[in-house]
Amino acid sequence: MGFLTYLINGLSLGSVYAIIALGYTMVYGIAKMLNFAHGDVIMIGAYLVFMCTSNAGMPAIVSIVIAMGCCTILGMIIEKIAYAPLRKATNLAVLITAIGVSYFLQNMALLIFGSNPVSFTSVIPWEGLSFAGGQLKITGNALITIVVCLVIMVVLMWFVKNTKPGQAMRAVSEDRDAAVLMGINVNATISLTFAIGSGLAAIAGALLCSSYPSLTPYTGSMPGIKAFTAAVFGGIGSIPGALIGGLLLGIIEILAKAYISSQLADAIVFAVLIIVLLVKPTGILGKQIKEKV
Amino acid sequence: MKKKALSLALCAAMAASLFVGCGNKGAEGSENVDTSGELTWRIGGIGPVTGGAAQYGQGVKNAIQLAVDEVNEAGGINGYNISFNFQDDEADPQKAVNAYNTLKDWGMQILEGTVTSGACAAVSNETYADRIFQITPSASSTTVTEGHDNTFQICFSDPNQGTVSADYIADNKLGTKIGVIYDSSDPYSSGVYQNFAAEAQAKGLEIVAAEAFTADSKTDFTTQLQKCKDKDADLLFLPFYYTEGSIVLTQADKMGYAPTMFGVDGFDGLLGVENFDVSLAEGVYLLTPFAADAEDEATKSFVSKYKEQFGDTPNQFAADAYDGIYILKEAIEAANLTPEASNEEICDALVAGIQNVDYNGLTGDNMTWNDLGEVSKAPKAVIIKDGGYVSAE
Repeated sequence: MGFLTYLINGLSLGSVYAIIALGYTMVYGIAKMLNFAHGDVIMIGAYLVFMCTSNAGMPAIVSIVIAMGCCTILGMIIEKIAYAPLRKATNLAVLITAIGVSYFLQNMALLIFGSNPVSFTSVIPWEGLSFAGGQLKITGNALITIVVCLVIMVVLMWFVKNTKPGQAMRAVSEDRDAAVLMGINVNATISLTFAIGSGLAAIAGALLCSSYPSLTPYTGSMPGIKAFTAAVFGGIGSIPGALIGGLLLGIIEILAKAYISSQLADAIVFAVLIIVLLVKPTGILGKQIKEKV
Repeated sequence: MKKKALSLALCAAMAASLFVGCGNKGAEGSENVDTSGELTWRIGGIGPVTGGAAQYGQGVKNAIQLAVDEVNEAGGINGYNISFNFQDDEADPQKAVNAYNTLKDWGMQILEGTVTSGACAAVSNETYADRIFQITPSASSTTVTEGHDNTFQICFSDPNQGTVSADYIADNKLGTKIGVIYDSSDPYSSGVYQNFAAEAQAKGLEIVAAEAFTADSKTDFTTQLQKCKDKDADLLFLPFYYTEGSIVLTQADKMGYAPTMFGVDGFDGLLGVENFDVSLAEGVYLLTPFAADAEDEATKSFVSKYKEQFGDTPNQFAADAYDGIYILKEAIEAANLTPEASNEEICDALVAGIQNVDYNGLTGDNMTWNDLGEVSKAPKAVIIKDGGYVSAE
């Protein structure tokens, strides 16, 4: 029974990582940049949900929609102000800008919300299921998180495959210059990517803080790094890769904590990452991109 | 051209700010004279008034202010008033050292701080090098006092807390199978745990699970809780701070796991976490030398004054800090010092003097100190009942 509980907790944690990893992987796939501010957009999203539910007394679903809207706008503004002017600059310059944006968001949150932690009320009031006379308990948070993650994945894969903007995304990711020649508006496509990634960040923030109910301006940074790891693990740039990477990372982390050592859990997670990258440098589902000479 | 002008302006601003820094230092200097031109004791304080341990720093700051006002009203120490300056460190060692440097520039002679162990260990290295006498209300790790003859603690040290907790649990038969969750990246938490484990073994308590977490993974305790539950632990010993405490209680409740929870002084403040469901904390034990509901005159008067001035019930950190000023007063008076003495002279005199002090305060009677900087006093256990702290006896 213990094993099943750990597995479900791992899946739930992994689902949160997977939703965050989507934000990293889509932006990397299309704009070829690492958006390190993504973790902090999650934190902003969580605060917005917190303010709507606990301070303004709105129902959870309404507050998540509001937070998604605000985060989408925030993501597009960040892209327009901080990243778009650097589109022709080196990758390193953009990377440093992203780290700068990340610190800016953290410090802004410190100013607005203060650094005292708040206890986040779960957006999922459901108690969950109980099997075998209470021996096996699956919390509502865990189940809903896993389901939401799967739904998002399926919708996103359908969107990228079957819609016009989705096709534009794939075209830009394959060859930006050729995409321009085909009449695709590259700037609009990149903006759209940021909008989707940031909107998902709001959902990730609400789910993350529902399961692990403490919210501070630094809440997003560690899950952000773990999710980035998950994205690399699964093959950065690949949407199903983010799902597989996120879930595996979550499960390995929880099982390592449960059966090996709770002190060494993080070290084990990253050791597995190194081994995977040694065997397959592009990640589990990553594609080898041939350099054209 | 425009860019060049901008960068020139920025350079100029930077250069100017360098000089501004020098100017301030020169103006304030080490002349320990307050704004009215009188000679005063310059006592500094450092602690987190924002951040995850803010309730401790806030309590310490308020209580020191309260004690300082009382002492000044009653004629000061050896006829000289105290001026008090408190700096925020967010419980971060780096920020604590910055705060310490700010206070040094202000002309601090004695430091009452810092509040948390990690930050305090960093600052006590500095005070040791600069020969500034330091007394901490609540930094309980031995790393604070080890090798520093100038640092003294008002609270119990970690070894002491771990030992006393195990004794209390064994003597009152609170549990037989004990699970422990501790922060292996924090000297306070792991220090208490190690001594708890040693004493638990000596007392015949069975520790069925000892699970760790680190500063990087302090939001998910489901696995650690599940392991304790699988081993049928009926008491959880939780030696860490209230922020993580509130998460552990919430997650244990979601899992339907309800053992007796036993925290140490880090749990003080649990009831003040914003939006935390305090009913989850019902029945939680914590070890603390101070209970705000105690019936003695000194506690009653302190609690009512504190409530009147700050609108809040003081926690044990506040009580420790309040005692601190009176302990300093007693030691300074015994050593017959005046503020004209240099901080080195004050430091040497107090290091010798405090070991002769026998102080009756809010946090214990007959408090005495050894040359390691550790205090000796009797502990009290407190239980959370109806959203308040109540003496467990």
